[in-house]
Amino acid sequence: MFSYYFSLAVRSLKRNPVITALMVAAIALGIGATMTVFTVFHVMSGDPIPSKSSRLFVPQIDNWGPKSHRDGDNEPADQLTYTDATALMRAHQGVRQAAMYAAGFSLTPENKDIKPFFVEARATYGDFFPMFETPFLFGQGWSSTEDEAKAAVVVLSKKTNDKLFAGINSVGKSINLDGRDYRVIGVLDTWEPAPRFYDVTGKTFGDTEEVFIPFTHAIDQQIGSHGNNSCNDDPKAGWENYLVSECVWIQFWIELPSAADAARYSAWLDNYAREQQRLGRFTWQPNNRVRDVQAWMVAEKVVPNDAKVSVLLAFSFLLVCLINTIGLMLAKFLGRSGEIGLRRALGANKAALFAQCIVESGVVGLAGGLIGVALTALGLVGIRGIFPEDIAHLAHLNVALILLTVALAVVATVLAGLYPTFRAMQVQPAWQLKSN
Amino acid sequence: MEIGPIFSALRRNKVGALLIALQVALTLAIICNALFIINERLAFIARPSGIDEGNIFVIKNLWVGRGTDAENTSLLQTDLQTLRDLPGVADVYSTNTVPLTNGGWSDGVRLTADQEHSTTQTANYFVDEHALNTMDIKLIAGRNFKPEEITDRAERDSGLPDSMIVTQEFAQKMFPTESALGKVVYMEGKKPTTIIGIIDNLQVPWVGSWVKTWGYTSALIPQRMIRQNSAYVVRAKPGQLESTMKAAEAKLFAINPLRVIGSVRTFSEIRAKAYRGDRAMAILLSIVCGALLIITALGIVGLASFWVTQRRKQIGTRRALGATRLNIVSYFLTENLLISLAGVVLGIVLAVSLNLWLVNNFELTRLTWWYLPMGAVMILLLGQAAVLPPARRAASVPPAVATRSA
Repeated sequence: MFSYYFSLAVRSLKRNPVITALMVAAIALGIGATMTVFTVFHVMSGDPIPSKSSRLFVPQIDNWGPKSHRDGDNEPADQLTYTDATALMRAHQGVRQAAMYAAGFSLTPENKDIKPFFVEARATYGDFFPMFETPFLFGQGWSSTEDEAKAAVVVLSKKTNDKLFAGINSVGKSINLDGRDYRVIGVLDTWEPAPRFYDVTGKTFGDTEEVFIPFTHAIDQQIGSHGNNSCNDDPKAGWENYLVSECVWIQFWIELPSAADAARYSAWLDNYAREQQRLGRFTWQPNNRVRDVQAWMVAEKVVPNDAKVSVLLAFSFLLVCLINTIGLMLAKFLGRSGEIGLRRALGANKAALFAQCIVESGVVGLAGGLIGVALTALGLVGIRGIFPEDIAHLAHLNVALILLTVALAVVATVLAGLYPTFRAMQVQPAWQLKSN
Repeated sequence: MEIGPIFSALRRNKVGALLIALQVALTLAIICNALFIINERLAFIARPSGIDEGNIFVIKNLWVGRGTDAENTSLLQTDLQTLRDLPGVADVYSTNTVPLTNGGWSDGVRLTADQEHSTTQTANYFVDEHALNTMDIKLIAGRNFKPEEITDRAERDSGLPDSMIVTQEFAQKMFPTESALGKVVYMEGKKPTTIIGIIDNLQVPWVGSWVKTWGYTSALIPQRMIRQNSAYVVRAKPGQLESTMKAAEAKLFAINPLRVIGSVRTFSEIRAKAYRGDRAMAILLSIVCGALLIITALGIVGLASFWVTQRRKQIGTRRALGATRLNIVSYFLTENLLISLAGVVLGIVLAVSLNLWLVNNFELTRLTWWYLPMGAVMILLLGQAAVLPPARRAASVPPAVATRSA
C-alpha cells in the first residue's frame, strides 16, 4: 500500500510543480539554515570528555572575599592562587588531581634547518594525562616521581613531534626550550577536546598545547603564566612574593570516584577555607564551589550568548518555513477536492486518505530534507569562511547530523501536513461529485 | 473600494488568511530583532581604536633562551634603534599590548588609597616617549613623557611610576566635573600616580562584553617592559607599509637570529581578526533575514495564486458585471493589506516580547522603537509586491468565464 501511496504522491506533486517546488524550497531553506547554525552550536556546547564529565571537578575558593564581588554576584574567582593550588595538591583528596597553567617557550630544534619557534606549553602534574584520558602515540606521561623531582621532562603533541622528529618515536630524545634541555617522555596522539575545557580562561576553542612539562619544574624555574592572571592587590616585586600573593592564575582539576563524592569534597573544601579563616588569611565565611565539567562550562559561559541567540532565530526561521508549508499544502490538498471526493466515492475510507496525504507530506519533507542537507553542507563551508578558525574548523557535518537533518525535515513536514490532511478528510464525496 | 465583501470572503478562507498573518507576524518579529542585532554589531565593529590604523604594523618578538634583565634591556634597545633607523619607519616603540589584540593588563583605579571598590577599570599600556608619535595620537591636554621619565620594568617588578597619560574617557570617569590634569589617582599597589597628559581616544586591548562599560578607559604608563617577549609597534611612512614590514623582519633577523618572530601583522589584520566573530554573526543573521523575506514572499505568492485559481469563476462574474481589471487587482492588494496588517499588529507584539526575552536572558540591549515601524512598512510592501503577480493574473481572467459551467 505504501508504494502505491508513494507513487500517487509523486504523481500529485508533479501535477502542481510550482506549489511543490515552493514547499520543498521552504523546507530545504528552513532546514538548511537551522542545521547550519545548530551544527556550530552543537560543537560549541558539546561534552568535551563524555566518558568522565560527571567525575571531573573544578574547585573554586573565594580568596578575595565579599569586597571583590560586584552587583550582588557572589562568585568566587575562577582560578586558584599558588598557595591554594599546592595545598589542594598536597591534600590529595581525589583519585587524581592536577594543578596547571599556560606557559610559552621558544623551542630551538637540533636540526639547524628549522628556525626556532614559539610553542604554547602547559605546566601540569602527571595525573593530567590519565585524568583527561589523553591518547598517547609513543611513551606515556610522567609519574609522581618526576613531579616530586621537578624533572625536566616533556610530553610533545603529535604536531610538534611531526615537526621536530618527522613523526618517529622520539621518546628518550631531548628538545631545547628557552635554552634548557628537556627529555621527551611521551608523544600524544591527536587530542582535540572541544571546548578546550581544562582551561577556558584563555582560549575556549582551538588547539591544545604543543608541549607539556611538570608544574613543579616550571615553578622551580620561575616560568610565569601566559594565561589569565588576576590580582586584587599588588603582588610586590619578585617571584617568591608572587607565589605567596593572592593573585589567581592556576587551574585545578580533581577526579572523584563518583558524582556523589563531590559533596564530601565540598565539605572538605569548606573546612580548608575555615582553617584559612582561623589562620587569619580569610576574614569571611567559606564561599566555595565544586563544579563538574558541564556545570563548569555553564558557569564560564563557554557557549556565547551569540550562539544561543542565533540558534533561537534559526529555529524561528524554520517555524516560519513550516507555517508557510502548512498554507501551501492546504492549498494543494483542497485544490484536489474533486479527486479526493472521487476516491472517497469509490470506497476509499478516511484512514486510506489520511495515509495518502501523510505519505505525500513525507515525500515533500524528504525532498526538502535532502536538499536541506546539501544546503547545510554549503552553509558550513560558508561558516568556515566567515567564523574565527578555532570554531570554524569544528563545524563539520557527520552521519548523525545528516540523519538528524533528514529526520527533522520529514517529521516537521508531516506535522505541518496534519491540518491540511485533516481538512482533506472532511471533503464530502457526494457534494464534490455533484458540484463538478 | 468596498472592504465588506473582502471580509466576508476572508471569513470563508480563515485558515489560509490566518497562516499568512502568522507568517507575517513571525517574520516581522524575527526581522526587527535580527536587524537590530546586525546594526549593533556593525556599529561595534566600526568603533575607532584611536590610532593611525592605516600605517601601523606590530611585530611580536620572543628571545630564544631566558636572558638576564640587563641582556634583555640591551637587546631591546638595539632592536628599537635598528627599527627607527629603517628608511620607511616613521616611529617605533615597544609595549606589552596594542588595541584589539585581546590580551593585556587591566587595573582598578581609585580616588583615594583606601577606597573600597575602584571607580573604574583601566587598560594599562606600558610605553615610552615614542608611543604617542607612533600611534599618531594627539594630546588634548598636558604633555608627553620625557625620555628620562621612562623606567625599566622587569618581569616580576611591581608598582607604577609617578606619572601617566590617560584617555579622555578615563579622565571623565574619574573627574566628571573638573579637569583631570595634574590630579592624583591610585592604581596598582595603592601608589599615587599623577595624570600629566590627556589624550583623545585609545581603545582597550579587549573587545569582549566584559569591557562594555570601559572600552576606552586606557592609561599610558611610562615603563619599558623588559621581558623575553614584547610587541614592537611600528608606524610606516605613508604608502610604505608593505615594504617596511618585510624590511623590518629581515633586518631584525640579520642583526640577531636568536629570536622567534611570532607574527608581523598590519593593524588592519589585527582588526579583522578581533571582530571576526561579530562580523560572522552579522553575516549569518543577514542571510537568515534575507531567506526569511524570500520564504514569506513565496508563501504569499503561492497562497494568493491558489486563491486566484479557486475564485476564477467569481472573478469572471465580477468582470462580467462591470468590474475593471484595476478593481480586481486592488481587491487582491487590499485583501493582502488587511491580512498583513493583522499580522503586523501581532508581529509588533511578538517583536517586543522576543526582544524583552532576549534582553533578560542573553544580555542584549533594548530594541530601538523605530525598528518596528520600519520593519512593518518593509513587510507590508513585501506583501503587496508578492501578491501583485497573482493579482494581475486574476485581472486577466476573461469575463466569459462566468458563463461557463465548470
